[in-house]
Amino acid sequence: MSEEKQPIKSIVTPSRLEYDFTPGIATARFLRHMEQGRIVGQRCTECTKVYIPARGSCPRCGVETQEEVEVGPKGTVTTFCVVRVPSENIDLTLPYTAAHILLDGADIPFFALIQECDVADVRMGMRVEAVWAPEAEWGPTFENIRYFRPIDEADVPFDDFKEHL
Amino acid sequence: MRDVAVVSFAQTKNVRRENRRNEVEMLIPVVQEAIENGGVPKDEIGFYCSGSTDYLAGQSFSFVMAVDALGAWPPIAESHVEMDGAWALYEAWIKIQCGETDSALIFSFGRSSPGVVRETLTLQLDPYTLAPLGADPVCLAALQARALLDSSDHSEREMAEIAARNRADAKSNPYAQLTGDFDVDQLLAEPYFVSPLRKHDCPPISDGATAMVIAADDVARKASKKPAWIRGIDHRIESHQLGLRDLAKSTSTSLAGEKAGAVDIDVAELHAPFSHQELILRDALNLGDDVKVNPSGGALAANSVMVAGLTRIGEAANAIWNGDARRALGHATSGPCLQQNLVCVLEGE
Repeated sequence: MSEEKQPIKSIVTPSRLEYDFTPGIATARFLRHMEQGRIVGQRCTECTKVYIPARGSCPRCGVETQEEVEVGPKGTVTTFCVVRVPSENIDLTLPYTAAHILLDGADIPFFALIQECDVADVRMGMRVEAVWAPEAEWGPTFENIRYFRPIDEADVPFDDFKEHL
Repeated sequence: MRDVAVVSFAQTKNVRRENRRNEVEMLIPVVQEAIENGGVPKDEIGFYCSGSTDYLAGQSFSFVMAVDALGAWPPIAESHVEMDGAWALYEAWIKIQCGETDSALIFSFGRSSPGVVRETLTLQLDPYTLAPLGADPVCLAALQARALLDSSDHSEREMAEIAARNRADAKSNPYAQLTGDFDVDQLLAEPYFVSPLRKHDCPPISDGATAMVIAADDVARKASKKPAWIRGIDHRIESHQLGLRDLAKSTSTSLAGEKAGAVDIDVAELHAPFSHQELILRDALNLGDDVKVNPSGGALAANSVMVAGLTRIGEAANAIWNGDARRALGHATSGPCLQQNLVCVLEGE
């Protein structure tokens, strides 16, 4: 084989698709409540669990959920992770804490940041509250909540949240 | 072999744009309807299998979230195929044949509206030589139609007649999307869309979801007064490379039909999104003029991607349940130009 004709070892074929995202009836209502500064989940009529953000169904029972329940803004850290390595697209001072937070009144935790607190002080069962962006910046998005910070309340015993890790 | 029957089938109405409900919200009513009508108690359904593609939702693992529609506690056995729901039915049928379960719920969902389905389906082509050309499904179907017209006595008029017949039949199908009476001469006076296809030769773009319950032997007999027994089910695939196939024929359909026992058919529901594909499939399955084809209106009246194939089998079961057929055939296709084909033969008691 001559030098001009090297075997092709790889090719690049770029592709791009664009989508219009439809959140669905339940999640759209959740996002509209967020726009008003309220965190609203949905309760299952069968097992009474409260889901946030609601997606219109109880994944446990497989039934439609409609009853709306306001939850938070306080909650409990159920588990957490201290991040010490930089990551693309994340503009935070290292180290920082990412946590699962179970809002008061909800039965499922979600992922959020803990700030205004030394990473060494974060612990399972710690009580926290949501810190919102200024009202003028609120939109139909979870990003209205900037992060959670510790509050001066006694830790929750492990047995009370062990199902929500 | 165990006797396995379709005992219920439910579907959403097919619409151009379902932009209120998400996939889970679309699925909950049809899953519940299929379970209620199936007669197998939910806690006895031993297996769940879905057919869908993340490329439509634009979200990886979107099929996992669809499980939220099922009620997965106590834990359920669940699987997924990145294919039309007809292949999810095949997997569930195999599970039952292997003795792992006596019943299963199959569901499928597809919303084409979030993206541009002609572009989305281009990505199913081989990424080296075909996808970079941007050859979309309509263009490839047009190549196939041209190959058929040039190599046979079939005509553009027959294609227009098929489009008109399917959409007229779809008037009595409450789940169909594109229905009505069309004059063949007027259709033929329309300009080409992608020659030799006119718009009427192409399917509508649809959003929809389906669910089906199947059960074996005495479980089916106990659950249903009129089980639609699966007498044969088989699927075959041809080359990914369109240049290696005779596009005017469907040898994979012929083979699947032969293996599934596609003879003495009263009603055939053929998954032919493009009008000329009904001609190819009829030839491949040797369906005579006495066979009623697509009383539902077929994929020319409603073509939710990943759903329309399972719907053909559900409509074949409907033909048995409403007494229009003793023996009915449901066919599903996948890939460009009828690349892969599944044939399912159903029979009443």
